[in-house]
Amino acid sequence: MSEALFSRKNISLLSGPIGSNNPITVQVLGICSALAVTAQLKPAFVMALSVTVVVAFGNVIISLLRNTIPNRIRIIVQLVVIAALVIIVDQFLKAFVYDVSKQLSVFVGLIITNCILMGRLEAFALANKPWPSFLDGIGNGAGYGLILIIIAFFRELLGSGTLWGFRVIPESWYIANGGFYSNNGMMILPPMALITVGVIIWIQRSRNSKLQEK
Amino acid sequence: MENLLNLFVKSVFMENMVFAYFLGMCSFLAVSKSVKTATGLGLAVIFVQVITLPVNYLLEKYLLMDGALAWMGPGFETVDLSFLSFIMFIAVIASMVQLVEMVVEKFAPVLYTQLGIFLPLIAVNCAILGGSLFMQQKAFDTLGEATVYGFGSGFGWFLAIISIAAIREKIQYSQIPAPLRGLGITFIITGLMGLAFMGFMGIKL
Repeated sequence: MSEALFSRKNISLLSGPIGSNNPITVQVLGICSALAVTAQLKPAFVMALSVTVVVAFGNVIISLLRNTIPNRIRIIVQLVVIAALVIIVDQFLKAFVYDVSKQLSVFVGLIITNCILMGRLEAFALANKPWPSFLDGIGNGAGYGLILIIIAFFRELLGSGTLWGFRVIPESWYIANGGFYSNNGMMILPPMALITVGVIIWIQRSRNSKLQEK
Repeated sequence: MENLLNLFVKSVFMENMVFAYFLGMCSFLAVSKSVKTATGLGLAVIFVQVITLPVNYLLEKYLLMDGALAWMGPGFETVDLSFLSFIMFIAVIASMVQLVEMVVEKFAPVLYTQLGIFLPLIAVNCAILGGSLFMQQKAFDTLGEATVYGFGSGFGWFLAIISIAAIREKIQYSQIPAPLRGLGITFIITGLMGLAFMGFMGIKL
């Protein structure tokens, strides 16, 4: 080990994907599951955690195997590693948080085809040592989770007036109780997740003009 | 017959892979810059979906489901292998894509060169695995239903990618704020199309 565990380079592996190299808004990876599970904070958080675990350990395993995997069958090897990890995560969720696991339905299985995984394994783990790969996995999982939680925050707050299942907007504000407020039911519909991501991209790119496309 | 037709319409419009479940978004966003390539990819998805769904259905019914191994003898009735379904499905999909690639290369070289890199990429398209997992959840009765569902969901994806590609070709000429150009506006358009597709949801079949 010639390099410190938390050298500047390693720290940037961790922080890069959270900001300017975000997997969702910049690399455009892993959109599929990002949108369907974000109607409420809790499933979004569980999903983000599961993806982080799978990316981090998948990165480590592939990175350890990187010199022994024949190039031609690497995709199948990667899929098998990911699928095995996802099965473990799925069984774990079913055992400990069954209601969330029911809510996520097929999307836990779909972590297998989440492009973040394949993307990071191909682009990073195949060419780097296990420790940087682990950090890269954690960083990308966190970047993914951050966007998921931002989307879920707005969708749950505006769509159902709750956060993490707790009521934030008082009952007495609602029209039904003689108030002035009503929930925006559209925020719960899946398409609004797309529009929210669009707006996040817009904000990020107007603050960081290097990311703009021509 | 009527039942199958209903299932088809439902899987194309009401449960559209892209607009209702956001499956296959990665390639949907990456490959929708021109209508021509989008058509190629869409056709390839339909093709793979029609092949993998029935195969996975048979696997599910005779191998993975709780008690599915009963045909092997009285000792196997209680075996439940359903926790293996992810790994089985993805293996079937990856190998089917490989097979399809070889068959297309041999018998339709023109189509093969047109599809190019997109064929192998289908293996990691979430719409394909999603189709198989939804099939498992819906627990279809017959092989026919599974096949029709495969065709319908693939066709829905095909329609979606062609329409977004056509819109993206047009919006190249419009004045969009610089930070929103490219990815941002595509997300918003997809969202608006999704809202339009929501209109189908009220229809009962």
